[in-house]
Amino acid sequence: MSPQSRRSGRRHPFAGALLLAVALFVTGGAYAATTAGIAYAETPPVSQASLVEEGEKLFLANCASCHGLFGEGTVAGPSVIGVGALSVDFQVGTGRMPMAASGPQAEVKPVQFTQPQIDAMGAWVATLAPGPALPDPRYYAGDGDAANGAELFRINCAMCHNVAGAGGALTEGKYAPHLNDLQPVHVYGAMVTGPQNMPVFSDMNLSPEEKNDIITYLRYLDETPSVGGFSLGSLGPVSEGLFIWLIGLGGLIAVAIWLTARSN
Amino acid sequence: MATTPPGTSLQASPQDENDPGTAVVSSNIPANPGLAPEHQRVTDLDPKEEKKAERLIATFFALSIVGSVFAAVAYSLFPIIPGDMQSVRNNNLFVGLGITVALLGVGIGAVHWAKSLMHGHELVEERHPTRGDDETRDAAVEIFSQANKESGFTRRSLVRNTLIGALLAAPIPAVALFRDLAPAADPIKKMKNTMWEPGVRLARDPSGLPIKASEVTIGSAFHVIPEGLAELEHHKIEEKAKAAVLLMRLPVDVLNELPERASWSYQGIVAYSKICTHVGCPVALYEQQTHHLLCPCHQSEFDVANHCEVIFGPAARPLPQLPITIDDEGYLVAQSDFTEPVGPSFWEREL
Repeated sequence: MSPQSRRSGRRHPFAGALLLAVALFVTGGAYAATTAGIAYAETPPVSQASLVEEGEKLFLANCASCHGLFGEGTVAGPSVIGVGALSVDFQVGTGRMPMAASGPQAEVKPVQFTQPQIDAMGAWVATLAPGPALPDPRYYAGDGDAANGAELFRINCAMCHNVAGAGGALTEGKYAPHLNDLQPVHVYGAMVTGPQNMPVFSDMNLSPEEKNDIITYLRYLDETPSVGGFSLGSLGPVSEGLFIWLIGLGGLIAVAIWLTARSN
Repeated sequence: MATTPPGTSLQASPQDENDPGTAVVSSNIPANPGLAPEHQRVTDLDPKEEKKAERLIATFFALSIVGSVFAAVAYSLFPIIPGDMQSVRNNNLFVGLGITVALLGVGIGAVHWAKSLMHGHELVEERHPTRGDDETRDAAVEIFSQANKESGFTRRSLVRNTLIGALLAAPIPAVALFRDLAPAADPIKKMKNTMWEPGVRLARDPSGLPIKASEVTIGSAFHVIPEGLAELEHHKIEEKAKAAVLLMRLPVDVLNELPERASWSYQGIVAYSKICTHVGCPVALYEQQTHHLLCPCHQSEFDVANHCEVIFGPAARPLPQLPITIDDEGYLVAQSDFTEPVGPSFWEREL
């Protein structure tokens, strides 16, 4: 405030409050505009070069201690050269990377990065060497042939992931995770990149259309209730056997005891 | 009785003292303590409790009526709509719940009635003697001797002996019939031979499309059937059960091959029988990094990098390896059939 304005006249008693409100509005608006800009980073506005640069920074800050400064890998983690943007999208997008601790396998955790950040890291990793890129959305739309997908799933996936997608145990603490309520792009990414101990199902093994059929089958599993009542985790004889031995036989024993107990 | 040592004298015991089955007279039979004094239940002592139990039992029976009616109503209230699985589930659930309440209501009510209200004094019901009386026994013997006299079973020995012969001959057709249930062909040959022959292409399961070596990227696992199996009209399942193969590609430097099998793989691509050598489950849980194959049934573990030797579990032998190579067009083909029978052991197996 200049001394002149103080002399020129009185200010309205709410002028200060109004000024503050305007200032807050402008700051907030500017902030919202900036963040909105980041949120739309998926679509062209941000140039490819700056995306790659951003991705490299994120990689150096979050991944390089295990995967090496140039993604070449260290004793602690494998090389990421040639794994492609799809692998980054799967590993980081499901929260498996960055790993919280080394163990038999990387587990699903709350996702640590926003989708634009994941895309940026994917863009940088893709510049290291050619690798699987994000697929056309029509290949994971889940609008394919569920029956064909179910047959392919039974042949290629069910032995590890269970025919109902409930997952299952592997060796030495490793396991095949459940496949319920997943993002279709992550299912697609897992098939193409073969994360951790999962074998690779390249497009030459299962065509993109066949992958879409499998995704359709998984969607069908998510959306169709179990007709037989309680699925007990869809684990088959393990959980069903436990139930019938403990609850079923236990109930029969309880009834037998009640039948023969002396009435009070 | 007192003069003879216990357990040495045999005498017919009077019917009213001993069980007819005990002929050895014991001189120191313990005295029968009789029945324990009757246990008085609260319903015997307190008329209020009795009324309460009566009401409870009636409630169970009434609940059963409600359950029966509900089950009938639920059947039309939750109809099965074709194609809608949720409707099937609801129909099963509510009709089932109604019938459950109806049956359990009758059951629990009846048992509670018997336990709390029906009289509670114990009583002994004597068994009737096992031995028939003399009259019955004589009548039975009479029937047999009369039948023998009338039929001449002992007199007409020719008739009797031919009858015995006819009865002995009757099972002969069964021997011929059941013997024919065994496989006509030599079982070893049947178990040993699969659809794999020199030059048969490796094809994808289920489509039957042949696989090129260039399509098998490192880390891939293909589920393989012999080309032509998908088109088979007879014995498709039987042939698939013997010929199913898992195809994997490992980095060449981690693949440790037996010298005599060095030519059985192609640039790190190996093919192994999918049938576990323990009891024949499909072994297909392949771990890409450890190169281990796990059988889901009994946790046998095979090391693909090390010619599929057993590293854990009950399987006795490594999985049989299918020798493969490529043909002129780059498709993977079998060099021959498996060199040993696939699957679990059997009596005639020599390996």
